[in-house]
Amino acid sequence: MLQISLWKRLLVLTICLGALAFSMPNLFYDRVERHNDAIAMMDQGQDTPELRAERGLWPEWVPSYLVHLGLDLRGGAHLLAEVHVSDVYADRVDGLWPEVRDRLRDERAVVGNVRRLPSDDEAVLRVAVSNADGMDHALAVVRELARPMQTLTGMGANDLEVRREGDEIVVTLSEAERAATDDRTMRQSLEIIRRRVDEVGTREPTIMRQGTDRILIQVPGIGSAAELKELIGTTARLTFHPVIRQTSDPDTVPGPREVIYPSMDESGVYYLLEQSPVVSGEQLVDAQPDFDQNGRPAVSFRFNPTGGRAFGVYTAENIGNPFAIVLDGEVISAPVIQSHISGGSGIITGRFTVEETTQLAILLRAGALPAEMTFLEERTIGPELGQDSIDAGSTAAIVAMAAVLIFMIATYGFFGIIANIALLLNIAMIFALLSLIGATLTLPGIAGIVLTIGMAVDANVLVFERIREEMKTARGAARAIELGYEKALSAILDANITTFITAAILFALGSGPVRGFAVTLGLGIITSVFTALFVTRLMVVFWYERRRPKTIAI
Amino acid sequence: MRLKLVPDETAINFLGSWRFTFSFSMVLVVLSIIAFFTFGLNFGIDFRGGTSIRTEATQPVDIGAYRAAIVPLGVGDVAISEVFDPTYGPDRNVAMVRIQTQEGGESISPAVLAEVEEALRGHDPTLQFTAVESVGPKVSGELVQSAILAVVAALAAVLFYIWLRFEWQFALGAVAAIVHDVVLTIGLFSVLQIRFDLAIIAALLTIVGYSLNDTVVVFDRMRENLIKYKKREIMDVMNLSLNETLSRTVVTSLTTLLALGSLFVLGGDVIRGFVFAMIWGVVVGTWSSVFVASVVVKRLGVKRDWSKNNDDGSGKRGGTQFATGE
Repeated sequence: MLQISLWKRLLVLTICLGALAFSMPNLFYDRVERHNDAIAMMDQGQDTPELRAERGLWPEWVPSYLVHLGLDLRGGAHLLAEVHVSDVYADRVDGLWPEVRDRLRDERAVVGNVRRLPSDDEAVLRVAVSNADGMDHALAVVRELARPMQTLTGMGANDLEVRREGDEIVVTLSEAERAATDDRTMRQSLEIIRRRVDEVGTREPTIMRQGTDRILIQVPGIGSAAELKELIGTTARLTFHPVIRQTSDPDTVPGPREVIYPSMDESGVYYLLEQSPVVSGEQLVDAQPDFDQNGRPAVSFRFNPTGGRAFGVYTAENIGNPFAIVLDGEVISAPVIQSHISGGSGIITGRFTVEETTQLAILLRAGALPAEMTFLEERTIGPELGQDSIDAGSTAAIVAMAAVLIFMIATYGFFGIIANIALLLNIAMIFALLSLIGATLTLPGIAGIVLTIGMAVDANVLVFERIREEMKTARGAARAIELGYEKALSAILDANITTFITAAILFALGSGPVRGFAVTLGLGIITSVFTALFVTRLMVVFWYERRRPKTIAI
Repeated sequence: MRLKLVPDETAINFLGSWRFTFSFSMVLVVLSIIAFFTFGLNFGIDFRGGTSIRTEATQPVDIGAYRAAIVPLGVGDVAISEVFDPTYGPDRNVAMVRIQTQEGGESISPAVLAEVEEALRGHDPTLQFTAVESVGPKVSGELVQSAILAVVAALAAVLFYIWLRFEWQFALGAVAAIVHDVVLTIGLFSVLQIRFDLAIIAALLTIVGYSLNDTVVVFDRMRENLIKYKKREIMDVMNLSLNETLSRTVVTSLTTLLALGSLFVLGGDVIRGFVFAMIWGVVVGTWSSVFVASVVVKRLGVKRDWSKNNDDGSGKRGGTQFATGE
């Protein structure tokens, strides 16, 4: 018969009350959000009367989880960036050269003179030795530089591949090392983008790796994607190079281990520089917007001890020579070294505006990106449009809800009311789950909820129709209700599992807006099956136990 | 005082004129395919790459003037359309400006975007750019691939699930119905030239889900009745099942349509295409469970004696059964 054990009743009741409690903060979105923001600020050590007042907007003991609003609802910028991971190979190989040279020089008696040859592919190091007989020995020496790698396959791969091509020794990164380098580059890029975005201080940015070489960046509340691009698209690689000479001919062919960079401010001015920098931005510990002695905007910086020492030694040895401050392949300035700079700090001047120095200081503090990025996709949604979508979506949801509620009561009478209570609980459960798992609600997500409003009643409809049918044949109301639930179960499960499969596939293969929709649809299916099988059933049983009707009007 | 859309006892001969209804569906399918190849789909930037700019102004939209402002910039193909919505007042005029994808694999450069915005502001200084979206051709190509993959994967998964739970005839019937729904939706979108973007793919898959939901409920009843009435004509059993589930079909379709209808009217223009696809999907999905899925199963014929297929050992029914009751 219609028996449900006490603990099951309590469990269902608890879940329903929990759903109401955890979905409720979303009804007071603005207040709860300000309360949460205030708590976050206070956790960082700030404490003002205003913050306390903001925190007081919502009682501490009440749940304060909120559904995150997607960019299309809140406004903001979305970027999909591709990191040129292979840029890093060249640097890695370049860094090998001094070590290779020193090792081979130690063996000069056997291998003769060592010379680096130019290479078309920058990720390949080509070395020649003058004594052809010593080639095998040289190869062996260089091979000793390769280190075994820890890989998942445990194949004992080395990080370098050293082989002989004619009378050249060719050193490249191995496949495994490339993969490892890619991974490192991506992690560094993510970290640096995160730091840069955090410096601007917006709420809940999403910075996520996608696939092997892509990064998805979503920043709510930022004015435009162009702004965001400027912030994270700049490599901000700062280096200090010895200057060989200044030239006005851009076609000057740089010698081996030399580079030619244009000047940032003066057009037609180029600098021929040594390729290896004396110090680079990685050794900076701080950078601040500042002004020089003439009151022009500038950026002051400080090196770490290693960088400071290298800089000090270089300036002491090169008084009277110019050196170049290079940012992303452009010479900001090339001052002449006046004296030994020992403190490890300095100032960069150029033709900057105050905004530019502020931006540059942020970029230098956050560190340089290890590789260049290009942007494959960008979206900006204005906050007004987002608010419009929220308004339109909620109006539509309320009207849809009202229409379905009225229709259900008109069709099923008392049982319709039960289905309606279940429907409202259902919506509460979706919001509670979305808030708890920290999911993001998007406009298609709202559409998913509205669709759920329509489809959630389906499971109940299946049961009610079945009870109606069973009333014709079954002995008594209790039996009809029991049979109704029992026989409708397989249809309910089959129908919802198939829909759930499509929601799961949408989630797995879809991107952005499609995912938001899949999440609410999938959650909606789970909650609607739960409410139909447990909540409405409990309500029907409660009702039956009180009334003991002989027959049911359904 | 009860609203009764479907009488208690119905005996509609749904499959009596199956030749006619099935041919009707097939003709629509063929017309949809022809429409697809003749008109093509109006792909949005998600699939074609390019940039779309949403503008809002207090003055009426002058498409000709907008075009005249942008074309001299030499950014290639420009498409401008006005957006209508019942909730907009007379001083809210929205337009979508679409620019073809620029050189290279990247999204639009800030410089080009600024040029376009400036040119448009030159025509109407009050213009607001409430949304700008740009997709590079590299990504759009991948989006097309993953969209097709999603639809195919959904079909395969469902085919497998129904085959597992029912018989292969039912699986084929269900998939025929889904393909029918998807093709008709694509056909309608190519005839009406509604923008086809990522959201529409989501709608397509929801249609698949809904249609399947409906089909499975009907199949479930057929399976039950086929076991119950072993001796009756298959056509009778199917008609009986369709009649028994008719009330549910009508109620569920109506509640879903009520919800979607309110979303269509009040939900704003951003998702209108998406909702339109779903409304159409509910209608064709309901139709196809009766007139496509069932007909296919009928034509393929089903095994009548389910009692011999005892792979669950219970000796009661065929296929895998979920435990029922408490």
